[in-house]
Amino acid sequence: MVDASEYNKKCDCDWCPGCGNFSVMVALKNSLARLGIKPHESVLVSGIGCSSKTPHWMNMYGFHGIHGRALPIATGVKLANSELTVVAAGGDGDGYGIGLNHFMQSCKRNINLTYIVHNNRIYGLTTGQASPTTNKGTITRSTPFGNPEEPINPLLIAISSGATFVARGFSGNLAQLQELVKEAIAHKGFAFIDVLMPCVTFNRMNSIEWYRERVSPINSDHDFSDKEKALSLALKWNGEDGEIPTGIFYKIDNPTYSDGLPQLSSGALVKKKLDADVSDVLKEFM
Amino acid sequence: MTNLNWLIGGPAGAGIKVTGLILSKTFSRLGLNVFGYTEYPSLARGGHNNFNVHVSKNKKSIAKKLDVLIALDKNTIELHKDKMSSSGIIIYDPAKIENIEFPNIQTLPLPLKEVATECGSALAQNTVALGATMALIGIELDTLNSVIENVFSKKAKIVDVNISAAKKGYELVKEKNISLNCLTDELKEKIEPKLLISGNEAISLGAIQAGCKFYAAYPMTPASSILHFMAGKAREFDFIVKQTEDEIAAINATIGASYAGVRAMTATSGGGFCLMTEGLGLAAESETPIVIVNAMRPGPSTGMPTWTDQSDLRFVSHASQGEFLSVVIAPCDMKDCFYETMNAFNIAENYQIPVIVLTDKLLSESYGTVDELDVNRIGIDRGVIESTTSSYGGKRYLFTDTGVSPRIIPGAVDGIHVATGNEHDEYGEIDASSENRVKMQDKRYRKLESLQKIIPLPKVYGSESGEVGIICWGSTKLSALDAQEKLEKLGYNVGVVCFKYILPFPDSEDVRKILKRFNKLIMVEANYTGQFLGMFRENLLIDVDDKLLKYDGRPIYPEEIVEKVKSVLSGGENNG
Repeated sequence: MVDASEYNKKCDCDWCPGCGNFSVMVALKNSLARLGIKPHESVLVSGIGCSSKTPHWMNMYGFHGIHGRALPIATGVKLANSELTVVAAGGDGDGYGIGLNHFMQSCKRNINLTYIVHNNRIYGLTTGQASPTTNKGTITRSTPFGNPEEPINPLLIAISSGATFVARGFSGNLAQLQELVKEAIAHKGFAFIDVLMPCVTFNRMNSIEWYRERVSPINSDHDFSDKEKALSLALKWNGEDGEIPTGIFYKIDNPTYSDGLPQLSSGALVKKKLDADVSDVLKEFM
Repeated sequence: MTNLNWLIGGPAGAGIKVTGLILSKTFSRLGLNVFGYTEYPSLARGGHNNFNVHVSKNKKSIAKKLDVLIALDKNTIELHKDKMSSSGIIIYDPAKIENIEFPNIQTLPLPLKEVATECGSALAQNTVALGATMALIGIELDTLNSVIENVFSKKAKIVDVNISAAKKGYELVKEKNISLNCLTDELKEKIEPKLLISGNEAISLGAIQAGCKFYAAYPMTPASSILHFMAGKAREFDFIVKQTEDEIAAINATIGASYAGVRAMTATSGGGFCLMTEGLGLAAESETPIVIVNAMRPGPSTGMPTWTDQSDLRFVSHASQGEFLSVVIAPCDMKDCFYETMNAFNIAENYQIPVIVLTDKLLSESYGTVDELDVNRIGIDRGVIESTTSSYGGKRYLFTDTGVSPRIIPGAVDGIHVATGNEHDEYGEIDASSENRVKMQDKRYRKLESLQKIIPLPKVYGSESGEVGIICWGSTKLSALDAQEKLEKLGYNVGVVCFKYILPFPDSEDVRKILKRFNKLIMVEANYTGQFLGMFRENLLIDVDDKLLKYDGRPIYPEEIVEKVKSVLSGGENNG
């Protein structure tokens, strides 16, 4: 048994009161504990942004890397030590802007890790510029005359890129979020959760109340193994006004990247002895 | 003649490289020195490809004058005829190229394609030319045949076709009673066979032998053959090769794998290194040991993808924002590629810093002979690693006298910490206070004290003192050594001072002592601005008397160095 408090760290968290990041962190702690994963056997990899500071506020191994690159780092960690539970986290700018290619490639690779995007639809740490999920027309510090671009749909990208677990959570529904994070970590393959959340300081438009009025859990009869249904559900909300489905959109069991590597059948790379001897290979050069 | 300089040229897709390799291996098995250098444009078919095989008893590099030219098209003759030596012979197929005659060059028309077709496949026409080459020099076919058997081992029929093609080529020349008087004495001696290996193969083998368990890369000439070689050996040696979506992912995955506790490497060329620079800084700030191979080609931008030069030295030495320790090693030959890659892992892990192995197209993609590669010469030394339990309670960045902190591997009990690109305290928690910043930067730079002690001095070849010291670094050593030998025969007293470890710069006082033994110093490097010369001046506070800078994408030929030295000694114009 692991108690969620084991994941607590004494720290001075610098998030604003009311920030959605708190909910994700609590969900993550509770989920890891409920799955019986010990803090020293788990790694949280992040990029740059307010949410990417999470490794500093949690008692687990952390890698707080550079902007947009949480997934490549997490990929290296997981392939080197497949016995670790690896979670990558970051914001919408980190994952859908500068790091979008890594996100799509990670979906297609189906490496066994969890990716949580704290999607507040604004750049918070850099004090309020438009992000890839900011609505068209939104006035931000970088778009004083209104954002000229349409927002992207991360769930559509994830499903069409080959992710095997795709969900949307909401920071205002901790019970559901916890369940989603737990399922994502337990999932064998690349699990992705887009977590809608307010930015109480820089996103005045999409407040917690705004979301509360619109979110709606996906019907229990949704067949999440059906890709077409998952895609049409993902198309249901485009970032503007309207009902926002939350829950698991898509989930299938596919072989993971590591399943195709016989190198890992005898254990994690990090446990292997460094006793390579290329003498026989050298003979080929004679 | 004491050497054979042979070249086969034709359009891409004509089997030029495999033919050149077969000849190279034939001579390396006969115990001679071989340098196989290939030129090709960046395209899949057409253009002009060539493979140059320089054979001798002790030469190290390429040579200008050609003794044998196998021309598979007319273009090849146009491009190379001016390089023919006085006794040189051009072999061509009159069915493909109309009969040619030159006043001062011997030509040997042979029905290559017709003979190959008779033997079973027109594709074996190059092998007819190989058989002809053997006859010109007077070598029996057994060695060539054994190489053919190995190269085509998977297809018995192709072996038969090629062996009979070689025989036909051999007989055609014997019938005509033509011969080339070269390597006669050299071939009489019974010498042990040598290994024939490319720089990139040697780097890959060095990495595998060093226990590299994770290799991530994005394809880029001239580094791609490392990816190919590593991928082919991953299952046999139990490591993972990941072709990533770009070089950014490659270096970050490498960092992730190293953080998780395995030896990890990536390789690229200048353009890819550009994308890696932010990751390079992350490795430095998070003190994650990684090895990066950068194989240079002429830039800027796409530049000349399939050609060579040494113009990334300043870039890789100063890449990424801020200030941090890194090591730049420029292997000077195939042996170095093997041993220095192994050293790179040891240095990276002992000092928890990025180590850059800086090679170039000439070294990475050329084939050279080595007597042996000793797998036991360089052991594995991983430095301070805590993989099961941490005795420092997660102080991954513990302040120590040496500046090196215990490297705690995720999974270790009591070792929880954050690795980060932010300035941080001993636990990896963000700390931008003035006091911490100074302490942490001092800690990281404290490693320099012991690191500096393991940086070897440049090696001197030829005369230890004398009229001229030829200064070079990396692959230029090969041509410099051949030039030195030539100059010595001409009665000049010349030494070669070759730098392999460039960053941190070797102890300046000791280096100056070495350089003082020469009356004149000449810098030789393959770039426009004299990049190493700049670092040389900056670190040593002395200058050279002259310099030879080449930046046309072609290797520096020994002949060019010889001319430079002669002109400097005869008081020629100083363009330095």
